[in-house]
Amino acid sequence: MTAEVKEQRGIKTQEYFVNMGPQHPSTHGVLRLVLELDGEIIQRVEPHIGYIHRSIEKMCEKDSYRQIVHLTDRMDYLSANMNNEAVCLAVESALEIEVPDRVKVIRTIIAELTRLASHQLWWGVMGMDLGALTAFLYGFRDREMINDIFEETCGARLTMNYNVPGGLMFDIHPNFQRRVKEFIAHFKTKIPEYDQLLSDNVIFRERTEGIGILSKEDAISYGATGPTGRASGFSCDVRKHHPYSAYDRVEFKEILMEKGDSFARYKARILEMWESLHIIEQLIDNIPEGEYQAPTKAVIKLPKGEFYQRVETARGELGVYVVSEGSKSPYRLKFRSPGFSNLFTIDHMARGYKIADLVAMMSTIDLVIPDIDR
Amino acid sequence: MAIEWAIIGLVLILFVAISVIILVYVERKVAAFFQLRLGPMRVGKWGMLQTIADFIKLLMKEHIITKKADKFLFNLAPFIIVTASFLAIGAIPFALGLQVMDINIGVFYITAVSSIGVLGILLGGWAGNNKYSMIGALRSGAQVVSYELSITLSLLAMIVLAGSLQLSEIIASQQTGWWIFKGHIPAWIAFTVFVIAGTAETNRGPFDLAEAESELTAGFHTEYSGIKFAMFFLAEYVSLFIIAAVGATVFFGGWLPFHIGHWQVFNAVMDWIPPIVWFFGKVAAIIGLIMWFKWTFPRLRIDQLLILEWKYLLPINLVNLIIVSFIALMGWYL
Repeated sequence: MTAEVKEQRGIKTQEYFVNMGPQHPSTHGVLRLVLELDGEIIQRVEPHIGYIHRSIEKMCEKDSYRQIVHLTDRMDYLSANMNNEAVCLAVESALEIEVPDRVKVIRTIIAELTRLASHQLWWGVMGMDLGALTAFLYGFRDREMINDIFEETCGARLTMNYNVPGGLMFDIHPNFQRRVKEFIAHFKTKIPEYDQLLSDNVIFRERTEGIGILSKEDAISYGATGPTGRASGFSCDVRKHHPYSAYDRVEFKEILMEKGDSFARYKARILEMWESLHIIEQLIDNIPEGEYQAPTKAVIKLPKGEFYQRVETARGELGVYVVSEGSKSPYRLKFRSPGFSNLFTIDHMARGYKIADLVAMMSTIDLVIPDIDR
Repeated sequence: MAIEWAIIGLVLILFVAISVIILVYVERKVAAFFQLRLGPMRVGKWGMLQTIADFIKLLMKEHIITKKADKFLFNLAPFIIVTASFLAIGAIPFALGLQVMDINIGVFYITAVSSIGVLGILLGGWAGNNKYSMIGALRSGAQVVSYELSITLSLLAMIVLAGSLQLSEIIASQQTGWWIFKGHIPAWIAFTVFVIAGTAETNRGPFDLAEAESELTAGFHTEYSGIKFAMFFLAEYVSLFIIAAVGATVFFGGWLPFHIGHWQVFNAVMDWIPPIVWFFGKVAAIIGLIMWFKWTFPRLRIDQLLILEWKYLLPINLVNLIIVSFIALMGWYL
């Protein structure tokens, strides 16, 4: 009921609070949202975090740099490889190690595969949140192929630990190139299927278009990055603006949308999948020969100073800020996680919309709770 | 006399129990088929005993009643919703003569009793003293009350053609051809609206807003556990069956076989198939259709749901009813 109708008829309604989470099917983990509702209309959303805090940053202060890499897997578990890469790149740039070309290319391919896997899972979950349960299984079917490739390459499917400071833990499997090409051929036929099932569906369009608008200014002031920021027109792709690994030698588009609504965020990720495929296609046949690791000392000690490295994960910009006093573990290590900034746009987006819209918005900002909480 | 009714009641309860068990199994298999899975495979051959096992599990579960729940209403709600579903079964004609009560206001009776079900949902959502269940219950209330109109109006269009509310008469009027064929395009419009509204009436996807597990955890039955939850579950599938059965009866000639004009041999072969098989075949086809879009479409939002009903389905239905009345008046159907 709108405010005017209420006034006309002299109806008084009282706001009430609903705790959405920490156990709730669509908060995708232990996120608690306190909703202030008027009927079904959201007046205010207050995210409460801290239910999965594992003090990863504090643990990093005790660990050696090689060990820190392993902890980062447990932050944003869907972009585990990119998190690893961020720490490795920070250490490498601090030590001024030049990693072999082979490593750079393989890291890029693996990172893009991880991004694809993450977006596939997101797509499935997005469908599930909106009630299209079948999408979930379709997303997982295609993700399975990528997981199999990872399993063959490094033995793990989710928390890969494939990057180490100075290079990679192992060389790629002989089957790697063939299977990646198989996957690309397979997945190119599946994205149109995704479009058929969800993107072009009338109900889906109705549920997402014009809902949860985040303007470019707001996206910048909230620090929303990744597809969430780019859907609002905020050009923030770290791969483009501050290229690392092999991103400077591949050609790809930065996906920028204008509207900043739920559908723009959805479409940005779908288009990003095409770009990821395009990047992998350019690199997969051109993996240079060479070593898979640059020589490093057994105990890595960073020189005294402050180092910052950022990478583009599937969710946005991940920053690693290392303060070193010259010992084998950092004095302080801070992660700037994309999910944290993206989450706090939710209050701004959701006001005045309904509970069902909130669920759609949460899906489109693609939250991974351990990334927010660390 | 009393014993006869008791026996009939027992048979109906058994029929409902068995058909729900089959429907749940079919639903899971259909879902699995859509989702590239196998579905239940472990209990019994092809997992056929899975639903029975699940049912036994639900029977043995603890009855949890929340502290501040209204105990009387909380316990009453599942019974109301189940009763509403059971009452409607009685008027369904399964085959010639195989009908518990052939009352002269059959269609009216079925729509009337099945709308009692919403009372159970409202009470259940209210009594549980949970905000999620209350939102679910209120959504469901708005939804069922709105879609009741469409479902009745679309049936009314066919009743105008058939000229009777009695289900056996409606079937008899289709001896020369089912209404879906005889009624031209208006019949198809009425059927489409009927299926949409029927899905909404039974709270099934894409209209499962009352449950909406990704928004309201489990909607109106969040606080229910064990056998009481099973009763809500049972009622949902019974009403699915009723919707399909009414649709099959009114639009597709109930238990009548499919005939094509003067193809004597073809018609003879069709006649050879028993009526009960025809009836359940048609019901299965409609249920399959409803399951198909449950497992394909995303869920609507509450305001879109109401807009769909009041701004699209209802006007379409009213215009359709006028057209059908005109057709009936002029006798333009075959």
